[in-house]
Amino acid sequence: MLLAIDTSAGTSVAVVDREAGILAERSSDDTRRHAEVIGDLIAACLADSAIAVADLSGVVAGMGPGPFTGLRVGIAAARAFAVGAEKIVVPVVSHDAVAFRTDGPLIVATDARRHEVFWSAYSGSDASGLPVRTHGPSLAKAAELEHAVAGFDTYRLSEPRTVSAAALGLVAELLYANGRPFAADEPLYLRSPDVTLSAGPKRVTS
Amino acid sequence: MSAPLVLGIETSCDETGIGIVRGTELLANVIASSMDEHARYGGVVPEVAARAHLEALVPTLREALATAGVGLADLDAVAVTSGPGLAGALMVGVGAAKALALSLGKPLYAVNHLVGHVGVDLLARPEQLEGQPLEYPTVALLVSGGHTSLLLVRDLVSDVELLGETIDDAAGEAFDKVARLLGLPYPGGPEIDRAAVGGDPTAIRFPRGLSLPKDLEKHRYDFSFSGLKTSVARWVERERDEGREVPIADVAASFREAVVDVLLTKAVAACTDLGVPRLLLGGGVVANSRVRELAAARCAAAGIRLRIPPLALCTDNGAMIAALGAQLIMAGRAPSELGFGADSTLPVTVIQA
Ligand SMILES: [Zn+2]
Repeated sequence: MLLAIDTSAGTSVAVVDREAGILAERSSDDTRRHAEVIGDLIAACLADSAIAVADLSGVVAGMGPGPFTGLRVGIAAARAFAVGAEKIVVPVVSHDAVAFRTDGPLIVATDARRHEVFWSAYSGSDASGLPVRTHGPSLAKAAELEHAVAGFDTYRLSEPRTVSAAALGLVAELLYANGRPFAADEPLYLRSPDVTLSAGPKRVTS
Repeated sequence: MSAPLVLGIETSCDETGIGIVRGTELLANVIASSMDEHARYGGVVPEVAARAHLEALVPTLREALATAGVGLADLDAVAVTSGPGLAGALMVGVGAAKALALSLGKPLYAVNHLVGHVGVDLLARPEQLEGQPLEYPTVALLVSGGHTSLLLVRDLVSDVELLGETIDDAAGEAFDKVARLLGLPYPGGPEIDRAAVGGDPTAIRFPRGLSLPKDLEKHRYDFSFSGLKTSVARWVERERDEGREVPIADVAASFREAVVDVLLTKAVAACTDLGVPRLLLGGGVVANSRVRELAAARCAAAGIRLRIPPLALCTDNGAMIAALGAQLIMAGRAPSELGFGADSTLPVTVIQA
C-alpha cells in the first residue's frame, strides 16, 4: 500500500494498493496553489481510503519534470511524510504515470512555462505493464515539439493538466513487484537556476 | 498542561532551519545554509535557495531530532514559517510541514517569521543572568539581508504592530552591495565589519535615509538604504576617477556608521515616542559588532533596556518558529487550517496564519 504525491503539473494525491488498486485519489488542476492544497488532499485521501499511516509501505514522489516551485512542494511533502511515517520514499518519473497503460507509441508533454514543454516518448508498455520510455524526459520549445522525435505523427500525444498520483502509485507498485529500479531521488528540473553572473558593480555616475 | 514539545521548520530565505523546543527550553537548533552557493552571485538567488532547502530538509530534520534526543512521536505539534520571505523557498517548508504533521497526526501551526524573531528571545538560556521573560510592550528592531523592520510588540501571540520597515533594500542587502563595490566578498556584513577596523567612521558623511524633517512626516520609522548605497558608489567612483586610492577602511567604517546610526536613531526614537523603555534586536545583521556596540550605548543613554538574543538565535532558524508555536499552544490557540499557503508578504499583524 502506497501514498503517492505528484505536483509536477497540478496537485494529485492517491492511496493505491497492488491488489486492490486505487483506494483514494484527490486532485487539483490549479498550477499555482500546490502549497495551499497539498495538506487537504493528503488528509482527504487518508480519510477516503480509511488507511492508517502505519499500514503504508512507502511514499511515492513524482520527481517531475515540472515547473520547479510546484514540483518541490510535492517532493518535500513526500519526503517529510516518509520521515514521519518511517517509510521509504519511492521516486518515480512523473511522465511515466501519464504513459501508464499506454498500448502504443505515446508522447507525454507537460507545461514547462516560458513557451517550453517537458516531454518524454514511449514505445508502449512491456509485458509487466510498465511504460517503455524511449526518449526523455527532455525540454523543448512548445512550437518545436513535433521536430523533437522522428516520426512524431506516429505517436499519440498526451498533454495532461494534472499527473495522476494514482497512476504514479501503480507504476511504483509494478516497479517494485518486478524488481525494477526506481527513479533517482532527485528532482528532474532539466533547467539550471535562472541566474547570470554579473560582470561587477555598474557605475552610478556617467 | 506541561510545556509543549514543538518542532519548527524555517525556510524563508537561505537557511534551512529545524528547531525543537519544549515550551521555552531550547532542545535543538540545526541550520543548513546555502550561503556559499550564493557567494558567486553576490546575493541570495531564490531558485538556488529553494533547491538547497529541498536537499537539506530531511538531513536537517534528522539531525535536529538526534540533537534533541526526542522521537517524532513525542512531539506535541509542528510549526512552520508561512511568511514573509521568498515564496519558492517558503513553499518547501510549508509542503514538508503539512505532510509531516499529517503523517504524525499532530497539530500544525503556521507562523509569522518576523514575530518568530521576537519570540526566540523567550528561549531560556543558562548564560542569561537576568533570565526574565520578555516584558511587554517592547520595540523590536529586526535587521537582516531579507528584512529591516521596526515592530511594537504588545503581546507576542496577539498584538504586534508594524511601526516601520525598509521602503527599498534591506540593511543586509546594502552591506552586500557596498562590499561588492569595495571588491569584498559575499556576505558583505562581516566583510565590511572587518574592513572597517581602524577606519574613521566620521571620515565621510554618507546620508541617513528618510531622516530629513519632510521625510520623517511620512516615514518616521521607515528605512531606506538604496540612496546610501548609490552615494557610496558615487564617492568611490570619484576617488578612482581622480586617481586616488580608495581608503577602504574609512569608506567601510563611514558606510557602516550611516546604516547603524539610522537604524538605532529610529529604534530609539520609537521607544522614546511611545514610552517603551525596552528594545529587542533580531536578524542576522545583529552579528555586526558596531550594531551591538551602538545599540548598547544609545540604549544606556536613553534609559532603554536592551535585549539581544544569542547570535545563533538571531539569524534565521527553526527554533524561533518552534518557540512561537509553543507560545501559541500555551495561549490556547487552535492549530492552523491545513489550507494556508506560503505568503511572501505576510503582515506582522498576522502572527498565526
Ligand atoms: Zn529573518
